[in-house]
Amino acid sequence: MAESRKPLGKRGNLPPLELYVPEPKFRPGDKADFTYIDAPPAGAQARPDEGCAAIETSALCYDLVRVLDDDHRAVGPWDPKLDPDTLRQMLRTMALTRAFDERMYRGQRQGKTSFYMKCTGEEATSVAAAYALASDDMVFPSYRQQGILLARGYPLIEMINQIYSNRGDKLKGRQLPIMYSARDFSFFTISGNLATQYPQAVGWAMASASRGDTRIAASWIGEGSTAEGDFHAALTFATVYNAPVVFNVVNNQWAISSFSGFAGAERTTFAARAIGYGVAGLRVDGNDALAVYAATQWAANRARSNQGPSLIEHFTYRVEGHSTSDDPGQYRSAREAEEWPLGDPIMRLKRHLITLGEWSEDQHEAMDRELAEQVKAATKEAEKNGILGHGLHHPFHTMFEDVYEELPWHLEEQAEQAIRERRTKWPEWKE
Amino acid sequence: MTQEESPVSLHDAPTRRLNMIEAINDALDIMMARDPDVIIMGEDVGYFGGVFRATAGLQKKYGKTRVFDTPINECGIIGAAVGMGAYGLRPVPEIQFADYIYPGLDQLISEAARLRYRSAGEFIAPLTVRSPFGGGIFGGQTHSQSPEALFTHVAGLKTVIPATPHDAKGLLIAAIEDNDPVIFFEPKRIYNGPFDGYYDKPVKPWNTHDDSVVPEGYYKIPLGKARVVREGEALTVLAYGTMVHVATAVCAEKGVDAEIIDLRTLVPIDIETVEKSVQKTGRCMVVHEATRTSGFGAELSALVQERCFYHLEAPIERVTGFDTPYPHSLEWAYFPGPVRIGEALDRLLGGK
Repeated sequence: MAESRKPLGKRGNLPPLELYVPEPKFRPGDKADFTYIDAPPAGAQARPDEGCAAIETSALCYDLVRVLDDDHRAVGPWDPKLDPDTLRQMLRTMALTRAFDERMYRGQRQGKTSFYMKCTGEEATSVAAAYALASDDMVFPSYRQQGILLARGYPLIEMINQIYSNRGDKLKGRQLPIMYSARDFSFFTISGNLATQYPQAVGWAMASASRGDTRIAASWIGEGSTAEGDFHAALTFATVYNAPVVFNVVNNQWAISSFSGFAGAERTTFAARAIGYGVAGLRVDGNDALAVYAATQWAANRARSNQGPSLIEHFTYRVEGHSTSDDPGQYRSAREAEEWPLGDPIMRLKRHLITLGEWSEDQHEAMDRELAEQVKAATKEAEKNGILGHGLHHPFHTMFEDVYEELPWHLEEQAEQAIRERRTKWPEWKE
Repeated sequence: MTQEESPVSLHDAPTRRLNMIEAINDALDIMMARDPDVIIMGEDVGYFGGVFRATAGLQKKYGKTRVFDTPINECGIIGAAVGMGAYGLRPVPEIQFADYIYPGLDQLISEAARLRYRSAGEFIAPLTVRSPFGGGIFGGQTHSQSPEALFTHVAGLKTVIPATPHDAKGLLIAAIEDNDPVIFFEPKRIYNGPFDGYYDKPVKPWNTHDDSVVPEGYYKIPLGKARVVREGEALTVLAYGTMVHVATAVCAEKGVDAEIIDLRTLVPIDIETVEKSVQKTGRCMVVHEATRTSGFGAELSALVQERCFYHLEAPIERVTGFDTPYPHSLEWAYFPGPVRIGEALDRLLGGK
């Protein structure tokens, strides 16, 4: 007999228990006030030796490694002291990433593809990191690291072919737009499932170590999906086997409509997760390309010299919606982006170069125009291979290929069915 | 990495009598020696050699970086194996019990199974995930399950289940060399002897069984090829793993001239052998230990119905475990044993 469960009476003088459900500070219509974010002065953070014990990075897990100061100078022990050419290249790649995002976003709105994801405001977390890694270090990205491909010189047209799922798409139109794969550029196939790439990066790093290779692995994840079990699996395996891997957590504050509090951000930092595993942790200003570069270089050197894994939390802000299928105006204050206290990564690097006397507003404008043209030209070229839903897809039979190395009988039968259906609907059709 | 060898004539090769664990250990040993890319990982597989001893002696022989223990985290085991496969290794992870594989399912279903497809062949997952499965050892609900249908439902995975030491060795070698992810379920009830379904009779060891004669050295049994265990005219029995032996024993006991087919590979299934047999006998019984609803027997039954309908002289019989968790004290009430199989045979043959 089921009895209805009644709340028990008070236990002594204790108040009743209360379930806490996190709530972001600002909702649509609210003024965004980020004064609660403690942005420490640039240059004030110590830089421990790359081979230090993980515990020695504890303080940095609650701090924020910053290099660019309010006067746009690079200061402090984390200054990577990059030459102006490298700085300009990094700036250019970040600007290219933004120009590419703009164009692809527009293409989606024009119906050329189904889906797109921008990384506006987060360009440094992939571009600067890619510059600090070796070009053959294996990266296991999440879905907002297009900057890595651009930093490694992956052809724009290949990216656009993939986004359009057209005849030129070397993934044969099988993957959602932006889920790239580029083995020749040491860029692992993007899943679309969250956090799965984290333990895979560890496995790759373990394999590299077991072979006496010199290449390391790096992986990216959003702060929201650090809640997945894969995150725990990856950190545990990495520390157990001292795997040469760099974990990146891009804390852009939002996971679709769920703010970082739903991944535990109200209680601690994401970098601090590392310490519990005995992994080195760094928390960096993700909108400061030089800080991102320096932290990645530190972690990469540590991994490459058998000193073990690191986790870098990139504290940044997702300026745009989660994807083209999202409308952030429904759940967060529109003022957040402009009030974000750590600025814009491209603007900050640009001002740094101008301060150094190595760049100018005119040069920057000219560069932006040139990049827009470059992306436009690549887009036009890619469109010759078709856009989504306009017939220039891969032959039907390819749908059944690569499920297995060899086509088993049941897929051969199903392929015949698919082709027959096509002929029935379009009798004049030729492959 | 594997060098090409001229096919060994199994008749000429020297043989040994092995139980199934020894045969599996032998296959792993041979593949570790042949291919430096093969690595073994899993809970307790290293120094200790595995809770069922399948990896005994291998760490000592091949070193800690090729045979090693892992944290108790199946997601991590499979996930790391996917990454190792992407690097170019050929991992053979062990999941200690099939019942423990569920935390690794996302890495198997969404990752290993899809890697080749989603990257158009840029990355592959040549894993062989070994795992003991099935009940009949008083393992309770978390050491007895047969979850094969979860994997046969996934495009991109192959599912292999041996029924004899001879097949276990040859199939495991083929699975490891296969460039697709293979789920290799080992029926743990028959690790040490071919179980006939009579739990109340003394256990027979493998060394009295013909299929414990295992050729030495390297040989493969191709995936996707069934074995006709016994030719017969009265009906076709489709089974795999432990149930091959149980069904064979019950048919013999009842004097039924059954054609018994050990499927060996569930995906891709050897449909030709199945069709040919059912078209000959006109009757079909499907047997598995797993729960009934949406079990692999449902797929087998549908395939036979679709392809052999006009040859069938009686409805297809499905003999399975019940749709309950595997109970500890009542495990023999769950198990599709001689009585359940016998009843189905009577229905199929209609007193013939």
